[in-house]
Amino acid sequence: MPLWTFFGLTRGTATTAWPASGADNGQTGVLGMPRHYPDRCQDDCDACAAACLPGAIRVHTEASAGARLDVDYGRCVACQLCTEVCPAGAFAPSTDWAFGVRARTDLVWAAATQTAPARALSGMIRSTFGRSLHVRHVDSGSCNGCESELQALNNPFYNLHRLGIFFTPSPRFADLLLVTGPVTYAMRAALVETYQAMPEPRWVMASGTCAVSGGVAEGGYACAAGLEGILPVDVYLPGCPPNPAALIEALLLLLGRAPQRIEGGRLAD
Amino acid sequence: MNGTEARTIAAPDLLEMCAAHMRAGGRMQMAYVWFPQAGATPEIRYLASQGANQPFALWCCRPQPGEALPSLAKISPLLGWYEREITELGGVHFDGHPEPFPLVLHEGARSTLPPLDPRYPADQPVEFEAAPWRIPELGGKDVQLLPFGPVRADVLESAQFLFFYIGEGIIHYYPRLFFKHRGMERRFQGLCPKLGTVLAERVSGVGSVAHALAYCQALEAAASCQIPERARWLRVLLAELERLYNHLHYLGYLCHTTTLKVGEAEGRLLEERAKQLNAKLTGSRLLRGIIEPGGLRRDLDSAGLSDALEALRREFADYTARLERTDSHLDRLISTGVLTRKVAVDQGATGPIERASGLDRDLRRDHPYAAYAELPMTVALREAGDACARMQVRIAEIETSFALMQRVLLLLPAGPVRTDCHPIAASEGLGWSESPRGSLYYAVHLDQNGKLARVKIKSPSFSNWRAFPFTVHDSNMMDYAINEASFGLTTAGCDR
Repeated sequence: MPLWTFFGLTRGTATTAWPASGADNGQTGVLGMPRHYPDRCQDDCDACAAACLPGAIRVHTEASAGARLDVDYGRCVACQLCTEVCPAGAFAPSTDWAFGVRARTDLVWAAATQTAPARALSGMIRSTFGRSLHVRHVDSGSCNGCESELQALNNPFYNLHRLGIFFTPSPRFADLLLVTGPVTYAMRAALVETYQAMPEPRWVMASGTCAVSGGVAEGGYACAAGLEGILPVDVYLPGCPPNPAALIEALLLLLGRAPQRIEGGRLAD
Repeated sequence: MNGTEARTIAAPDLLEMCAAHMRAGGRMQMAYVWFPQAGATPEIRYLASQGANQPFALWCCRPQPGEALPSLAKISPLLGWYEREITELGGVHFDGHPEPFPLVLHEGARSTLPPLDPRYPADQPVEFEAAPWRIPELGGKDVQLLPFGPVRADVLESAQFLFFYIGEGIIHYYPRLFFKHRGMERRFQGLCPKLGTVLAERVSGVGSVAHALAYCQALEAAASCQIPERARWLRVLLAELERLYNHLHYLGYLCHTTTLKVGEAEGRLLEERAKQLNAKLTGSRLLRGIIEPGGLRRDLDSAGLSDALEALRREFADYTARLERTDSHLDRLISTGVLTRKVAVDQGATGPIERASGLDRDLRRDHPYAAYAELPMTVALREAGDACARMQVRIAEIETSFALMQRVLLLLPAGPVRTDCHPIAASEGLGWSESPRGSLYYAVHLDQNGKLARVKIKSPSFSNWRAFPFTVHDSNMMDYAINEASFGLTTAGCDR
C-alpha cells in the first residue's frame, strides 16, 4: 500500500487546470453537433432529414420564408450522418459539444437568437449554494454511454471534486437531480420519487440527448420522450453522450460559474 | 442463414434434439422469435454452437396457432431467460418452464398484442400499473430482506437487488432487472438498414463497436457483401481499442471496491487516456459513427497511434505488475465470487467470465470475423473462477489487444475502406463479435422492401447476468461489490 502512495506521488499532477485556465480539456478531436448553414441548403433535397434517425432534422412543412429545415439539437445524437449525405455542405462537422442551455428553445436552430433565458435562476443558485453542489444521478434507461462519461468525471484528469461538485448517494442531500436516459415505463416512478425526496430548492439537469428528448429511444412501447412532461428541467445538455468537459461546463452553467454558449441552436458569437 | 446449418424442427422433436446436442458437447447460444408475415404464426429460432470452426446449428420451429412448445430450459438452463422473453414479447408459450414468471416486462405491464408482433402499433406504450412482484419465498429466524435499488448509490445503472441475509451472510440473492428495457429490438423494425447502425451503437454504449460490428456483419452476410481488406483490418483495431478502455475501466473499478485508492485513480486515468486516443482517432470517445454496412464511413489516420499505444502499454504493464503484487488487493479477490465451470456452462456465462472459469471459447478465434483469421490469437484462460481469475483474464486480454493492435498498424493494407452494401429483399443474416464482455450475436431479417423486419440482439450481459447470482448465493455482504465489479456487467446491454 505505501508503495502505491509513493508511485502515485512520483507521477505528479494528472489533473487538467481547465476550465480555470486555457489548459487541455481532454477533448481533442471530439466531434460535436454538426453546424447548420441554411443558406447553402438546396431546394428539393431531403437527404439530411432522411438520414437523421432521431428526427432532429425535418423538412419544413409550411411554406414560409427563411430556412427550409427545422433543426433541433435537443434531438441530435451527433452521429454525423447529415454531414456525410449533404451534397452542399449545409451541415458540417464541428467540435461544438458544449451544448448546455437553460431554455429548451435555445436548442432549436433559429435565424435570430432569442436572448434573456432565465438569468434570475443563476443568481439564486449562487446565493443558495455558494460554490458547492451535490448531485444525485438517476439512470432512467440510458445505454450506459452517459454513465461511462459521468464516471469519468471523477477520474484524476477531470477530478470534479476540485470544482466543489460532488455526487451523493442520497437524494436528501442532493441539490441537483442529473437524469440520463429516455425514461422507461419501469423507471418513471422511481425517478419521480427520487425527485420528490429531494429538499427544496432543487434543480434538474437533463443530461444526454435521451433525457432531453428521448433521442433514438423515444417512444416505442417502453419509453417516454425524456423528461418532457415528467419533471421541470433547469439545464438541458444534449450529446450522445455528453463528454466530461461538456458535463463540467453544464454544471458550471447551472451554478452561474460559466456562461451559456449556445443560443438559437449555435454558438453565440 | 450464413454460418449456420439450418433445420426445420417439429415441436415434439425439440427436446430430443436439444438433449442430443448437449450430449455431443454442444451448447445452446440463444433463442428468439420473429414474425415472417404480419398476422402469420411466429417462428422460434434456436442457435446452438457445435464447436470451433464448425457452423452454428440453427433450428427453426413454427408452432401451430395456440400451440405451446416444450421448454428446453430443463436441459439447457441458459435458455430459461430466452423462453421467458419470447413469451412476453412474442406471445409464444412454453410447457413445463421451470421459472414461469415475468422477466422483461415487469409485473403490471400489459399490452394488447405482443410488442414484437408487427401488428402492434410502433408507438403504443405498454399499459403499466405497478403490481406486486413475485419474489422468492424465503423465511426463517433472523433472515432479513434488503431491497437495494433501482436507484443505486454513486453513478451506476439502474437495477434492483434483493438480498436475503443473516448478519453478514447472504442466503439468497435475487436481481430484478429490465427496469431499463427500452424495446430496442422493436425500434429496428421498419428502419432502413444503414440507419440501424446508429441504433445498434446505442444499445450498449460501452459496447458500441461490438454492436455496430455484429450488426453490420449480419447485414453484409445477408447482402453477400465483401468489404475491402483495409476496412476488415481497421475493424479489428476499433474492436481492440474498445476492449482496451473497457478492461481498463474494470481494473480501476475493481480497485475501488477493494478500496485501493491509488490503484483506482491510476486505473481510471489509464481508461481516460485510452478514451482520449479513441477521440483523436475517430472523433468519438466511445468509437461511434465509424463502422457502417460495407466497411467504414471514412478512413482513419493512424499516424502516431502506435507510439501512443506503446506508451500506454508501458504504464499499463507497470500498473498491473503492482496490482498483482498487492496482497491487500489480492486477498479480497482470491476465492471471492467463485463461478464453477459447471455453472458457467449451464447458465451460459460468456467472455472473460467463462474464460476465468476454464472455458476455452473466444469468437475471435473460434469463428473469426473481420481480419482475426489472419492474426495470431492467444486466448487467456484461468481455472479458479474467482474475482482474481477474472481480473487476470482481463489483464492478459489487454496484453493481447496491444499486440493485435500493433500488428494491425504494422500490416495495415492500403486501399478503400468502403463498398456499397445493397440489402437484398427478404434476406436474413447472422453477425457476431466478441465484445469486451463476451459473445454478441445479431440476427437480422429484412422484409420485401429491404427494410429491417426483425433484429434480435443477444448481448453478453444478458448471459452473464443470468450466471452472476449463482456466485452470490451463500457468500457475504462485504464481498458483494467486489464480485459484481469483477463480473463487469452492463445493465443496458442486458435490458435493451
